[in-house]
Amino acid sequence: MSDTSIDRDPVIQAIGLRKSYGTLEVLKGMNLTLARGEVVALIGPSGSGKSTLIRCLNMMEQPTAGTIRFRGKEIGRKFRDAGDKIGIGTLRRNVGMVFQHFNLFPHKTVLENVTEGPIVVCKTPRAEAEEQAKELLAQVGLQDKHGAFPNHLSGGQKQRVAIARALAMKPEVLLLDEVTSALDPELVGEVLTVIRRLAQDGMTMAIVTHEMAFAADVSDRVMFLDQGSIAAQGSAEEIIRNPDNERLASFVSRFNH
Amino acid sequence: MYRWNFDAVWQYWDLFMWGLGLTVVYTFGSILFGILIGLLTCGARLSSWKILNLIARTYQEIFRCTPLLVQLLWFYYAFPLLVGITIDNRVAAMLTLSLYVGAFYAEIFRGGILSIDKGQREAAAAIGMSPAQAATRIIMPQAFKRMLPSFINQSVIQFKNTSLVSVISVADLAYMAAVVNGQTYRPLESYTVMAALYIVVLFPLTQAADWLERRLRASD
Repeated sequence: MSDTSIDRDPVIQAIGLRKSYGTLEVLKGMNLTLARGEVVALIGPSGSGKSTLIRCLNMMEQPTAGTIRFRGKEIGRKFRDAGDKIGIGTLRRNVGMVFQHFNLFPHKTVLENVTEGPIVVCKTPRAEAEEQAKELLAQVGLQDKHGAFPNHLSGGQKQRVAIARALAMKPEVLLLDEVTSALDPELVGEVLTVIRRLAQDGMTMAIVTHEMAFAADVSDRVMFLDQGSIAAQGSAEEIIRNPDNERLASFVSRFNH
Repeated sequence: MYRWNFDAVWQYWDLFMWGLGLTVVYTFGSILFGILIGLLTCGARLSSWKILNLIARTYQEIFRCTPLLVQLLWFYYAFPLLVGITIDNRVAAMLTLSLYVGAFYAEIFRGGILSIDKGQREAAAAIGMSPAQAATRIIMPQAFKRMLPSFINQSVIQFKNTSLVSVISVADLAYMAAVVNGQTYRPLESYTVMAALYIVVLFPLTQAADWLERRLRASD
């Protein structure tokens, strides 16, 4: 399992990452490095720690032990930068996240959902933020939905707005947490198409997914997590198409691709 | 067949208006103070500080589990003996009404905030918002919309509850109706006028509240 990407300009790193809830240890000391432009797919059975892992990468979960580094600098526990440590706020401004259940702001229109971050967090002038938001919404095929409220959209549309909302912050990394799991099967494709295009454009991404074919297709590297540890990692070819590990083989065989 | 005679009652029109004015003042005054008390109490209940939590809960339970009438009597007649100062009946009335409604408001605010999915807070955090920004821009506007019906309902009840301050001789609408009745010996007219005045004020308010609620539901 060679990993040549680690030496290449790491954007975000988890080192010795542990996470426990009470006595339950969900992550048992994990290392992960995302190089610039790299797409890593995280697969594994539910409860294996995939979601917890990427939720630690933007400090949505506080790690029990270990460190997260962004552009080589350690992330502190404070919202603001302190000393030589990067604040959680700074980290999240640069690392976007898309959720399984979209979590769009229901009291704001589609356009407002996308402009909210730039205007409130980055203090971008409204006109500029709106112009940029319209561009992003066009990219995800929702140029005609600016004034709609989230509750009037389909699941696939909601998730594409959520992706545009994350992209509006111009993130260096995008974390995707089972972004198609809550969608009707016929709506999965439109969301995957958007993500595939982001991968082609060189976006650095960590993708937690159950879509094996998609994971194999889009990722530079696949990590198989099992019981809080990385049980196998390598190219899609090695991990998904020709699994050599028994647990991995039985996991992958449950998905037809 | 009873012969209605409002003429006698009309002579005391200024008393009704004065009483109604006081009722409105006590209602809006206690709602204003109640919102402040309610927000503080709600904050205490949601804080992780155990002592604050306990104090807030104790206050809430005392005021939610005793009748307002009992509270008014206690604050006017009993409390002064305890602290050794006399309290003006108007002060006692405003204090009690505010503490009473504040206990209920706190619960309404708390329920509204807790009803917002935690994914909203996470989504706000994920785009780099501070907890304060997330609270003011994402959580509170949604919670406000959700708590509005209960808030209005409690406030309507509060308007009617002010009639109890007449037992400690605060000259509100109910008190004035009793005064007019004493002067005219016309209970049917006096008390009917009083009831009508409560309706005249409250009905437009409940209608306006319904309208506001429908408008806020536009994004649903």
